[in-house]
Amino acid sequence: MQRVTAINLFLRDVYGPGRIFKDGVIPEELVTGNENCRAAMAEVAVPHDSFVNICGVDLIRDGQGTFRVLEDNARTPSGVSYVIENRHLMLQTFPDLTEGIGIRPVSEYGNRLHAALAEMAPAEVLDPQVVLMSPGVFNSAYFEHVFLAREMGVPLVEGRDLIVDNGLVYMKTTAGPRRVDVIYRRIDDNFIDPLAFNPESMLGIPGVMEVYKAGRVTLANAVGTGVADDKAVYAYMPRIIKYYLDQDPIIPNVDTHICREADALQYTLDNLDKLVVKPVGESGGYGVVIGPRASAAELEETRILLKARPENYISQPMVDLSVCPTLIQDAVQPRHVDLRPFLITGKSTWVLPGGLTRVALKEGSLIVNSSQGGGTKDTWVLE
Amino acid sequence: MSSLLARFAENAFWMARQMERAENLARILDVNESFARDNHGEQDWLPIVQLHADDEAFFARHSEASADATVRFYIIDRQNPNSILQCVWAARENARSLRHLISVEVWSQLNVFYRFVADLRPRDLRLADLSHLCQEIKEGCQLHAGIVQGTLYRDQAAIFYQLGKMIDRADQTTRLLDIKYHRLLPDVTDVGSGIDVSQWNALLRSVAGYHGYRRNHPSGVTPETVAEFILLNPLFPRAVAYCVNEIRQNLTILARDPDLSGVSFEPEGLSDLEALMEQPIRRILSDGLHEYLDLVQINLRRLTDSVSRGFFGAEVQVQSQAQSQA
Repeated sequence: MQRVTAINLFLRDVYGPGRIFKDGVIPEELVTGNENCRAAMAEVAVPHDSFVNICGVDLIRDGQGTFRVLEDNARTPSGVSYVIENRHLMLQTFPDLTEGIGIRPVSEYGNRLHAALAEMAPAEVLDPQVVLMSPGVFNSAYFEHVFLAREMGVPLVEGRDLIVDNGLVYMKTTAGPRRVDVIYRRIDDNFIDPLAFNPESMLGIPGVMEVYKAGRVTLANAVGTGVADDKAVYAYMPRIIKYYLDQDPIIPNVDTHICREADALQYTLDNLDKLVVKPVGESGGYGVVIGPRASAAELEETRILLKARPENYISQPMVDLSVCPTLIQDAVQPRHVDLRPFLITGKSTWVLPGGLTRVALKEGSLIVNSSQGGGTKDTWVLE
Repeated sequence: MSSLLARFAENAFWMARQMERAENLARILDVNESFARDNHGEQDWLPIVQLHADDEAFFARHSEASADATVRFYIIDRQNPNSILQCVWAARENARSLRHLISVEVWSQLNVFYRFVADLRPRDLRLADLSHLCQEIKEGCQLHAGIVQGTLYRDQAAIFYQLGKMIDRADQTTRLLDIKYHRLLPDVTDVGSGIDVSQWNALLRSVAGYHGYRRNHPSGVTPETVAEFILLNPLFPRAVAYCVNEIRQNLTILARDPDLSGVSFEPEGLSDLEALMEQPIRRILSDGLHEYLDLVQINLRRLTDSVSRGFFGAEVQVQSQAQSQA
């Protein structure tokens, strides 16, 4: 909750006065030069200054038993449908196991989400029309889009169902065009408006950015939130929290050395064989060098790259993910897990009392992503 | 009722039509197969191809309308948009878009049923087993209809579903009658001459109308009374007149829906259909049954076009060729 509050303050500042740059807490070019920074968002007013309405924060427990934030997901985090469906399945399959121990329910998510999205509607709208916008049936998360639309009781729309006319967004209904006030979009910034961003996008709504900037429709999450969950910005998150809230992070980051800073660079170079070096602004694990597993030649090459462009890199210690007993065929075996709790923010923030526990089903693997054979587990928060 | 996305109205309409079409195709194939088992000699499958106006597509790939070729073409041919497989596929694709509006049960059953049809191989289509297979397909479609009936929230989506279902059923019933009537009774002057009662019974059974018919006509079977029952009986759910009544009722619900008060919709063809249902059977037969059935089909098509223009938005998306047919 602390993190989401800080992220929202940060985004407001980045797309507003830019105080944090002037005060030298984070280099301006690191943020504004980021490919997820949207110049179109400059000075755009967002209701309640809530840019990130749906946030998923990936947590791990390290070798010392400390919970740490591995990654923020401030764009369109997915997986919440698994949380609710897992619980549903668990209650059906093991009713005796779940009885009488005070497991807090997760079934409230849809109501909470709808309420928060309604709070985000343009101020003059009394009974807002919320819709969920999906890229369509071929999207890998389509199941979740269906699930959330059903849980919220709102139409599941695609770009082709929406039109911009006379400064407002409408959906095409049997009764003709109907105004839409809040769009929970499960589609990237880049595709949301071919007139403002990727002109090739067939999935978006031409002209929606102009309506959005005029405050006559709400997009959730806001456009340009990707700048806050970027790897480079992640390294600065403890300082961002300190700067806006004057607090230390309740859940710390994984220790991160920002190589553009001389001390950190020296430390990284001295301990290259023990650290993981990551290029910033890349995703999907490209260019990551894992010190303990790298050859001498690879380490030497990394050393040269680091010296040449230190601002392009961060380094972190090897992270040890905790394990959890997991049924593998007929036996219970340890498998690595991480945890993604979900936070919903309208006027205020609510944390789902549960979360997505992802488990790497392959022995010894640290890769929990479902796209790479990861599984999920029902996760209980007790009263 | 609250407003419904135009695309979903269209999805619901076509999901119903395609499932109804699959069911009726199974009925048509079944009845054709059982008619062919008797002393009429060579089995004739050509009328099925002609009734669906598929001559061109069919003969592009088959030299003659053999039993094997026809049955395959109408059950498992992926290139034929009017095959049962393609109907169920299209219904499932429409359901996929509607998933947040339909119950999980509707989606699950349609999924399982699609897999069943998709897994059929030529060896499963042997004539000896065809009747049994058609039975299974019918039951799959009926299970779908039952789950929809029992779980679909009765908002506009349900109305468009029902409209689609009734329009297609009326259309298919006219085809079923057309295919058999001329075979059984090439000339209307033949009335009374050597009627094969068992064949008329088979026709009635193919639309599950045998018992209903018996209650109305305990004295026996005549071509005229069977045609009348299948076309004009207002209480028999597969009769065209029953479907037309249902269409009228559902359109009336839409017309009274305050949400749609701004829509100017004129149900083209509906009053013509109602007038056709008022014609006495004797006149229908003496003027030509085939021409009459053609008129019914033309007006159903006009009605579909007007519903489409009125509610589904300007650009009508065609998801399969089957959708552009009647």
